[in-house]
Amino acid sequence: MVTPFVWMLLTSVKSLGEASQVPPVIIPPTFHWDNYAKAIVSLPFMTFYFNTSFTTLAKVVGQLLFCSMASFAFARLRFPGRDAIFMISLSVLMIPGQVYIIPQYLIMKDFHWLNTLAALIVPGLFSVFGTFLLRQFFMTIPKELEEAATLDGCSYFGIYWRIMLPLSKSGLTALAIMTILWSWNDLLWPLIVNKSLTKMTLSAGLAYLQGEHFTNYPVLMAGSILAIWPMIVMFILFQRSFIEGIALTGTKG
Amino acid sequence: MESQGVVSPSPHIHATTHKRSNLARSQWLWGYLMIAPFFLGLLGFYIWPIIQTFYFSFTKWEAFNTYSWAGLDNYKRLVQDVSLLHALRNTVTYVVMFVPMSIILSIIVATLLNQKIRGLAIYRTLFFLPVVTMPAAVAMVWKWLYNGDYGLINYVLSLFAIKAQNWLTDPKWALFAIVVVAVWSSIGNNMIIFLSGLQGISSSYYEAASIDGAGPFRKFYVITLPLLTPTIFFVTVISLIGAFQVFDLIYMMIGSKSLMVENTQSVVYLFYKYAFENNDKGYASAVGIFLLVIIMLITAVQMKLQKKWVHYE
Repeated sequence: MVTPFVWMLLTSVKSLGEASQVPPVIIPPTFHWDNYAKAIVSLPFMTFYFNTSFTTLAKVVGQLLFCSMASFAFARLRFPGRDAIFMISLSVLMIPGQVYIIPQYLIMKDFHWLNTLAALIVPGLFSVFGTFLLRQFFMTIPKELEEAATLDGCSYFGIYWRIMLPLSKSGLTALAIMTILWSWNDLLWPLIVNKSLTKMTLSAGLAYLQGEHFTNYPVLMAGSILAIWPMIVMFILFQRSFIEGIALTGTKG
Repeated sequence: MESQGVVSPSPHIHATTHKRSNLARSQWLWGYLMIAPFFLGLLGFYIWPIIQTFYFSFTKWEAFNTYSWAGLDNYKRLVQDVSLLHALRNTVTYVVMFVPMSIILSIIVATLLNQKIRGLAIYRTLFFLPVVTMPAAVAMVWKWLYNGDYGLINYVLSLFAIKAQNWLTDPKWALFAIVVVAVWSSIGNNMIIFLSGLQGISSSYYEAASIDGAGPFRKFYVITLPLLTPTIFFVTVISLIGAFQVFDLIYMMIGSKSLMVENTQSVVYLFYKYAFENNDKGYASAVGIFLLVIIMLITAVQMKLQKKWVHYE
């Protein structure tokens, strides 16, 4: 199960000669850290880190806000057309991405958003999955608290902001984690909308690196390590939330 | 809801209904305000594009993204497209290998981890690591492991006197090799879902079975498996939908330059090629709709079949 990770690490500090020996060198006598230097020189990794973290953060904040607001309205407020709007939203969840990705790309083009971070962020701000998840979560919160708050003259927005959100921390965390995972690792969309190196994410950058250093596996492995360590560190630090998040949502998002 | 046409018997009640309708109106207002950012975004970036794709699937695209009405041409092309037929065959083969392998292994791992063993958290972490690793990196390291000349896998096999294979460039093996990677990446995720399913099974069933003298395998077969069927059903539906859209691994591990493309490309890969490499967006839209229809059919069939094998308590 961990062999690929171990092999990735070991290969990333081998020289090209050591990597292509048969029988393989398991642990190289000296560690060739210059593979990392080569990966960083051939690609703007710092820019990739910034692009990936910034777009991920923006999507998390946007989704938490938009999804939770909409979920509150769907779960608690009565207004004409509510259930119809909810059903329409839900039906989007069942449609594979390929069905909307071409027009989405054309919209980005019309907005002159290709090769900008906006293209990576904006469509990802609206999540049916997140809205559905939080609505289910809000439904489980007892109504008594809100009724008391209404009597005290609390506005609907106040109920949402001061009662529902604080009570839904685990639901919000689950959504945040799903969004981070999905955003950090996504490949297809960044590949389509951003061709310029300065606006690439780590995932698309790796695909590009593979094109450049076709068979220099030590450099490719160093690049992979550079791309995956932040998620692995985050997972180890927030393991419980990750696992609860998956158990709660059941999908990779 | 509104008190229209009702004669108010007293000013006091009138005031209350008035207040209530104000309250209702403020609820409407807040309701619309709060769904607006989400729903407008959904309309603009998802629902409208979905409608457009339906329209595009009846158009022909020329240079500079101009297009004209083409009637059913794309759909006629769809049924004669040999590449699509191959892609569909590859995708179905992938799905048929991937889904059972992933689910069976995940159930086994979950069952093993559902016991009070030492270092449980470490095992769980190790199985889960691939889930948080980006597919692009996963694909790259596996490509290296599979390498025909210097790959670790061929070396290990050679120790057992098994002949080296060109895993990713041999049509016999390529798709299977990709399935192995996909299964490896998915076990952690499914295992967590199965674990929470297992923890929902009351221990009294097992106690009763112990009294009846059932061994661990019998217990698994008679209690665990039937009571886990709702979870298995859920994971199957999700895995099938995901597997039909496989793209990342094939894109990274095979790549468009390889001669193996025809033997491994999935429907989504072909879609990507038509839409963004060949700029054949009208036909690609038709392929997208085709995929939608397949996924909906398969999900519908599963919903129908579930009555036959899923036990709800």
